[in-house]
Amino acid sequence: MSFIPVYLDWNATTPLDPLVREAMLPWLGGAEAARESMGGSVRFGNASSRHEYGRQARAAIDAARARVAEAVGAHSTEVIFTSGGSEANNLFLKGTAGCLKPGMVAVSAIEHPCVREPARQLRRTGWDLKEIAVDRDGVIDAQDWQQALRARPTLVSVMLANNETGVVQDVVRLAGEARAAGAWFHTDAVQALGKIELDFRALGVNAMTLSAHKIGGPLGAGALVVDKRVELAPLIAGGGQERGLRSGTENVSAIVGFGVACEQAVARRATESQRLTMLREQIEAGLVALGAVVFSRAAQRLPNTVFFAFDHIDGETLVGKLDRAGFACASGSACSSAQPEPSHTLLAMGVDAVVARGAVRVSLGRTTTAEEVERFADGLARVLEELRKLASIGA
Amino acid sequence: MLKFPIYLDYSATTPVDPRVAAKMIPWLTEHFGNPASRSHAYGWEAEEAVEDARAQVAALVNADAKEIIWTSGATESNNLAIKGAAHFYQGKGKHVITLKTEHKAVLDTVRELEREGFEASYLDVKEDGLVDLEVLKAAIRPDTILVSIMFVNNEVGVVQPIAEIGALCREKGVIFHVDAAQATGKVDIDLDTLKVDLISFSAHKTYGPKGIGALYVRRKPRVRLEAQMHGGGHERGMRSGTLATHQIVGMGEAFRLAREEMASENARVRSLRDKLLNGLTDIEATFVNGDLEQRVPHNLNISFAYVEGESLIMAIKDIAVSSGSACTSASLEPSYVLRALGRNDELAHSSIRFSIGRFTTEEEIDFTIDLLHKKIGKLRELSPLWEMYKDGIDLDTVQWAAH
Repeated sequence: MSFIPVYLDWNATTPLDPLVREAMLPWLGGAEAARESMGGSVRFGNASSRHEYGRQARAAIDAARARVAEAVGAHSTEVIFTSGGSEANNLFLKGTAGCLKPGMVAVSAIEHPCVREPARQLRRTGWDLKEIAVDRDGVIDAQDWQQALRARPTLVSVMLANNETGVVQDVVRLAGEARAAGAWFHTDAVQALGKIELDFRALGVNAMTLSAHKIGGPLGAGALVVDKRVELAPLIAGGGQERGLRSGTENVSAIVGFGVACEQAVARRATESQRLTMLREQIEAGLVALGAVVFSRAAQRLPNTVFFAFDHIDGETLVGKLDRAGFACASGSACSSAQPEPSHTLLAMGVDAVVARGAVRVSLGRTTTAEEVERFADGLARVLEELRKLASIGA
Repeated sequence: MLKFPIYLDYSATTPVDPRVAAKMIPWLTEHFGNPASRSHAYGWEAEEAVEDARAQVAALVNADAKEIIWTSGATESNNLAIKGAAHFYQGKGKHVITLKTEHKAVLDTVRELEREGFEASYLDVKEDGLVDLEVLKAAIRPDTILVSIMFVNNEVGVVQPIAEIGALCREKGVIFHVDAAQATGKVDIDLDTLKVDLISFSAHKTYGPKGIGALYVRRKPRVRLEAQMHGGGHERGMRSGTLATHQIVGMGEAFRLAREEMASENARVRSLRDKLLNGLTDIEATFVNGDLEQRVPHNLNISFAYVEGESLIMAIKDIAVSSGSACTSASLEPSYVLRALGRNDELAHSSIRFSIGRFTTEEEIDFTIDLLHKKIGKLRELSPLWEMYKDGIDLDTVQWAAH
C-alpha cells in the first residue's frame, strides 16, 4: 500500500495488539535463528510430546486457557480451543446434535452464516429448523421468540452482538427462557468479546463462541466455551487433543496470542467502550446530518459499530469511493462481501432490498483516533457530494 | 556448543524456519487484513498473499493452485477428505479401506464412519511396514468407495508404494486419499503422475507454523467432497472460516523452501541418519523397525531389547525423542504401529523414534550415539532378562512359574 488507509473495518478483523505479538513471537521462531534457539527463548514443541519442548508447549496452552477462562468468567476446563469462531459454532451445533435425538434447532434470522449454515445442515439428519424473526431494529421479535419456545426446541442459538448492525440481544433473558423450556442455549459472542461486559456464568448460557482475531489476537484461534453438562461429539477426530473434542496438533502461537488478547481486551473494555461510543456518536451525528439512515439506532448496540445507508447511493460504490479516498470500511460482513446480495440481517429486519443495497458498515477499534474520525466525516461528505452529483446527471 | 535437550523429534513437529518466520511476521503487524474483505486494500493484499502461498504449496507437489484447500492442519484435512468423500459417494457404496498403521487422525475418522454405518477394512502391513499390494487388491470390493493410505509412516518412516496403489485404485474406480503430513520435503510428490485423488498436508512438519494445513482435491478427474465446516463459504464452499493469512504465508514459504532445498537437505540428513544407524546398531540386540530402503532419510526407529522403554526415556533426558508418535505418547500402551509390524509388546515398549532435521548437527548425533551406548549398558546391567540372555537362555522358551 502506497499510503496507509484509515482502518474502519474492525468487525472484519483487527490489527494484532503489540503485547499479543510479543507473546507469540517466541512460538513463531521469532527473529532469533532456530539454530541458536534450541533450549533458548524460541519455543516450538508439539504439546503432546512428553519431552521438555512438548512440556513447554503444554504449559503455554494451559496458561492461555486459564487467561481466556478468566476473561469471560468461565472455568479452564470449559474452554475448547478451535481454529476460530466458525469452527466453534459448527462444533456446538453439529457436536450437540450428534449426541441428541433429532428435534428442533432454533436460530435467529440474523446469525452469521457459520451458525445459519450448520443449522440448515442439521435438517438433512432429521432436524426441524426454526429461524427466529427480528423486529425493525434487529432485536429478537418477542412474539416469534415465544412461538419458537412453544415448539420445544432442543437447541437454540442467538448471537450476543450482530456483526453488521452491532445490535446486542438480551441474551440473559433469552437464555433463561430457552433453558427453562428445556433447550441447550448457545450464543455466538465473537463480536461482543472486549466490547461489552461478558461473563459466561452471568449470561446463563450453556455455550458460547469466541474468536481471537476480532479482539487484537491472531487469525487462526477461537474457542467454544461450554458447560460440562452439554454432551458434544467432536467434528475433527484423531489424536484426542482438547479432551477428545478437537483433535489436531495445537496451534500454540495463536493460542498463546488468544490468551493475551483476551486479557488485554477485557482489561481495557470499560474505558475503550466509553471512548468508542463517543467517536461513534460523532460519526452518527455527521451521517444523520448528511441524510443517512442509521440502522438499529434505537436498539442497544456495540459501542464501535455503525451500519448506515444513503438513499439512491449503492453501498458497494460508496465503499469503493471511500477506499480510494483512504478509508477502509465494508458494505457488510467480510465473509459474504464477495456476494452481491444485500445483507441478510437487514432483509430480516424488513429493510427494503433497495435500501439494504446501500448499506455501509463502519467499525472502530483500539487504534481509532478522534482525528481519524474527523477525517472520515470530511472524506465521506466529499465522496457523497461527488456521488450525488453523478446520480443527478444519471437521473 | 551443544544445547540440551538435543531435539531429535522432527517427526512430532519442527521449529519454524527463521526464513519462514521472517515472511510471516509482516502479516502479523502492518498487513493484518481479512482476506475475505473485498472492499479495501487491507483485504486485497491479504488475499493476494493467500493466493501466492496457494501457488507455492501447489508447486511443491506439481498440482494446480485451484486444487489446494486450506485447513487448520493435516488432522482436519484427513477428516475432511475421508468423511467428505465417504458422505459424497455413499450412494455408490459403503466400504472404506485403510491400514492398521495409519495415523489416529485417519483411523479415528474411519471408525466414526463405521459408527455411521459404513464398513471398514483395516489392512495388515508386512513386517517391513509396507502394504502388500496383493492384500490391498483382494480387499477392494465392488462397494469400496475410498482407500486411505499414508505416504510416509510417522513412526517408522516407511514410504508406501503410492504410485502402484494409485494405479490400482484408479483402475478399480475407487477414490484414493493419502495422508502426506510426513512426506513433504522428504520425498518427491508429483501429482501430475501419481493417481492420487485427495492428499493431506501439514505445515508444521516441514518447518512451517502449526495451525495450518491443506487438502489437495483433484480436478481432473474431478473429485467431490461434502464440506465438514459450514459458514461463509470460503475455499469454494469446501471449508468455511476466516483464513489465517500469516499462517498460510508461512506454509507457502515453508513449502517453497522444501522444494528448493529438498535434494541437498535430504543428502545431509541421510548421512547423519546413517551415522546414527551405524552407531546404534553397534549395540547388541537392537532391531531397526521398518524397511530401511523404502524410508524417509530422517527417520530411525530402533528397539533396544532387554531395556524397559520408560526407564530408557528417563535415562536419556538429554535428548528429546519419542517412543511413538507425539499424539499417542501420553499413553503407556505400546505403539500400535510396531505391533502391526509384528513386534511383541516388550520390543515395542523398548523402541525409540529418532527423527533428524534441518538443524541437527553431527556433534549432536555423536553425543546421542555415545549417550545411548552408556545408558543402555547401565540399564542392561540392572536387567535380569539381559543376564539370562547373556547366559544363552532363549527367553521365548522360558516357562515362567505362576505365583
